Amino acid sequence: MTAYLIRRLCYVLPILIGVNLITFVLFFVVNSPDDMARMHLGERRVTQAAVDKWKEEHDYARPLFWNANVDGTARVTDTIFYRRSIELFLFKFGQSDDGRDIGYDIRQRMGPSLAIALPVLMVELLVTVTLGLLVAVLRGTYFDRWIALVCVALMSVSGLFYIVGAQYLIAKLLRIVPISGFTPGLAAAKFVALPIAVQVLAALGANVRWYRTVFLEEIEKEYVRTAWAKGLSESAVMTRHVLRNALLPLITAIVVTLPSLFLGSLITESFFAIPGLGSYTIDALQSQDFAIVRSMVFLGAVLYIVGLLLTDIAYAWADPRLRFGEA
Amino acid sequence: MLLSSALRVVSADVTPWNNPYPADNAAKSILYSVFQERPKHLDPVSSYSENEAVFTGQIYEPPLQYHFLKRPYELIPLTATAVPEAQYFDARGKRLPDATDEQAVAKVIYRITLRPGITFAPHPAFARRPDGSYYYHALSPEITQRAFTLNAFPETGTRELIADDYVYEIKRLAHPHLHSPVASFLGKYITGLNALARELRHRTYGKAEFIDLRAFDLLGARVIDRYTFEITLSKPYPQFVYWLAMSFFAPVPWEADAFYSQPGMAEHNLTLEWYPVGTGPYVLNENNPNRRMVLRRNPNFHLETYPDAGEPSDGAHGWLAQAGQRLPFIDEVHFMLEKEDIPEWNKFQQGYYDTSGIAPDGFDQAIRVGPTGQPELTDTMRAHDVRLAITTQPSLNYIGFNMLDPVVGGNDRRARLLRRALSIAFDTEELISIFGNGRGIPAQGPIPPGIFGFKEAEAGVNPLVYDWRQGRAVRKSLDQARHYLAQAGYPGGRDPASGKPLVLYFDAATTGPDLKSQFSWYRKQFEKLGLELVVRSTDYNRFQEKMHKGDAQIYSWGWNADYPDPENFLFLLYGPNGKVRHQGENASNYANPAYDALFQRMRVLPNGAERQRIIDQMVALVREDSPWIWGFHPQAFTLYHQWVGNAKPNLLARNSLKYRTVDPVLRAVKRREWNPPRLWPLLLVLIAAVVSIVPAVLVYRRRRYATAL
Repeated sequence: MTAYLIRRLCYVLPILIGVNLITFVLFFVVNSPDDMARMHLGERRVTQAAVDKWKEEHDYARPLFWNANVDGTARVTDTIFYRRSIELFLFKFGQSDDGRDIGYDIRQRMGPSLAIALPVLMVELLVTVTLGLLVAVLRGTYFDRWIALVCVALMSVSGLFYIVGAQYLIAKLLRIVPISGFTPGLAAAKFVALPIAVQVLAALGANVRWYRTVFLEEIEKEYVRTAWAKGLSESAVMTRHVLRNALLPLITAIVVTLPSLFLGSLITESFFAIPGLGSYTIDALQSQDFAIVRSMVFLGAVLYIVGLLLTDIAYAWADPRLRFGEA
Repeated sequence: MLLSSALRVVSADVTPWNNPYPADNAAKSILYSVFQERPKHLDPVSSYSENEAVFTGQIYEPPLQYHFLKRPYELIPLTATAVPEAQYFDARGKRLPDATDEQAVAKVIYRITLRPGITFAPHPAFARRPDGSYYYHALSPEITQRAFTLNAFPETGTRELIADDYVYEIKRLAHPHLHSPVASFLGKYITGLNALARELRHRTYGKAEFIDLRAFDLLGARVIDRYTFEITLSKPYPQFVYWLAMSFFAPVPWEADAFYSQPGMAEHNLTLEWYPVGTGPYVLNENNPNRRMVLRRNPNFHLETYPDAGEPSDGAHGWLAQAGQRLPFIDEVHFMLEKEDIPEWNKFQQGYYDTSGIAPDGFDQAIRVGPTGQPELTDTMRAHDVRLAITTQPSLNYIGFNMLDPVVGGNDRRARLLRRALSIAFDTEELISIFGNGRGIPAQGPIPPGIFGFKEAEAGVNPLVYDWRQGRAVRKSLDQARHYLAQAGYPGGRDPASGKPLVLYFDAATTGPDLKSQFSWYRKQFEKLGLELVVRSTDYNRFQEKMHKGDAQIYSWGWNADYPDPENFLFLLYGPNGKVRHQGENASNYANPAYDALFQRMRVLPNGAERQRIIDQMVALVREDSPWIWGFHPQAFTLYHQWVGNAKPNLLARNSLKYRTVDPVLRAVKRREWNPPRLWPLLLVLIAAVVSIVPAVLVYRRRRYATAL
């Protein structure tokens, strides 16, 4: 296991370099430094001299990858790519193109994103696993068929509809919670309740169907039949045997969502005016702020790598039969 | 049901559940508004966008401002004692009566005298110890490392506004690390500004290093005495006086630059861009562009009173009720981040925002066409006693032809007739009706209503596109357009070279699916003449590149007035402002020597009969050449609640929040009245869920206890 983890950690650097390179190429295929300057300076009365000055000031006046005007290693190091990349690997996000401290913004926005994502994860797990178990137990009954119908209906509806519909129904017609907004501390509860409910509901259909399948697969196995034969109660069979043995897919589902806990949800945050990280990247793309875009993509890549490593570790913990890297 | 009723009774006197604000704010004098995009610049030298002016206009005070109530828009003093008169001098220093002979003018001087006794809002940059030294001008890295907001600096101070502060700001236009969008433009006029910029560039300064601009002389900005300064222009620019009402000429104290330029401050967002300091009615008390921005009353704000005169109808609207009272009226203004239109609109209807525009999705809920054909509020809005203000904006949205294009461009007869035919076929009235919900006035030329030079009714009609019949402008027939097209060499819209429909290209920066239907409508307008329109949609950057290189053929563009002078619109067609050759704002690259000569004369004349005569000639010329399909002047529909006072729209004054009033008691009552929670539907859902589980449980129990045989 240790050797496996060390090997996986060694993959991290080339993956991050690759992600950084792809982000860089994709961004600059669409946006030239001139475009970025014009976006930041505005449309009115801007001259080429002002554009050139902005580029020089923001370190975008160099060549992108290869500086033919200098000698030696500076041909590589005196480029936008090198200078912008090297600091990222030291987790120095620096300043956005309009002068904001990116690290500070990320720290500020992480809290609101977590305030929604963590409860969503927990409530979603509780509700979907419970319902999944319930329909697995009641398979073949009208309840199972009714839940299947509801799940398919829930899956067929666009995520945006849930948001707009919930805002209209719960916040506007029933006036139970605010339509949008956020405030720090405990008072945030009334602002995040609706987005949490919407996210749980939007994912409910697919998740319940998924867990039902997982649990049914376990229920059909011989050890469960043995447990029944031993005369164990329904709840003991389902929780102590079925649920425990269905942990692997559960862990996969949980750990893979870890990065999105931090990175937030774009549409939900936007509609509910939650000042999280979800809209941070899109705002940066719209305003062509490369400094923020590369930082957020880099952070996302790091979080996904960490998430996958945790998945492997959790697998080994949940199922001692798994031994990574061993024949 | 009973529970719900009981809850309703209990909640009748408490804060509504859906109230997004703290309960103790209900009785406070706070105006609630929104922002959709965080402002990029709050430094007056670099701020130029409308969404920034909402903040900077309340914080900074340039020497002049626009009268809040009077129309046409009128400049009045703000911190100055009077609106300065331009003084013209020839090369020998002899005073000239005016700038009619522009070539004779060697310099123009504006002398501005400030009102004494105006002080800056409290700020740490001014804080001094008893010995006179500044508390926070020599901060150690340990302190700046821990500082992320101005709250880290508890001591504050102030000082009197003096002429040096204005001169200092004018020098900042040349600052090598501040990116003023107007520096290049003003450099053409303000004597020595470009030379100062060059001098500062040649010296090597660190990016955040404090450049004490007091040590540099600028010929075009000079302090005369404590309260008087002069601005010198190298050539006449009568519209310059309007610039004195813009934030670029707002005072910046050197202490602020010295404070923010210390090492470590910019890295923690502690800059003038984020924590402005001014003399205006409000200070930016909280700057959290991720959630909200809060303006709070400036405790040091000088004496300024509500105007006692305006338009004749202002009294009837109640807009003169506070005449003579001290400004500002509201203690705080909270701008909440709302990225989407729907939540904003719903919260306005619930009373949580005090004013609102009308999003396309909400238009039918707010506005209907009345019996007289005029827009009026719907019954729902009337039931809430919402008020509507309609104003024609001093701006123009037009369809432009690239005059450098071989097909639609050029000044030959063929191209003129082609453009004229298209101008007739392009039904602007329908465009306004379908895509703007009727919010606009078809343009007859480049000058919008409310700006000198604009002519109303028959006198203002473009005779090449409209006929005046029975008291209204009627678009000429399509037959007339087809006739022009045939004369241009495209009978039936066919290109004689290929025998097929002439293909024209519309270049656009696609920004959303909504535009697709609009482009489809554009195609239909051209199809009326048998022409084929190909829409070349691209991203914003590529579109800008096309415009800068002159590769676009037909495009859509707009201009919003910087100031209420016809020069600010007629310069959009001035040859030396061509976008491709001169990087100017003449996006069509239109160049007509006769027009250019008239423009040169018009720009230096005062408003009067002579200027009107020249403007008429210029408008006639561009109508004849038709470099634009004239498009329309948009109308702003603003809704405001019954508890908001003095909401007269002023589309040029950026500092109008100081005139607003709000009645928080009435607002709190209405919010409670409009927002009682309804719980019974949720209870029904809960009961239904429980009931639906019962049979399942019964089935389960039956199966659980069933025997095998």
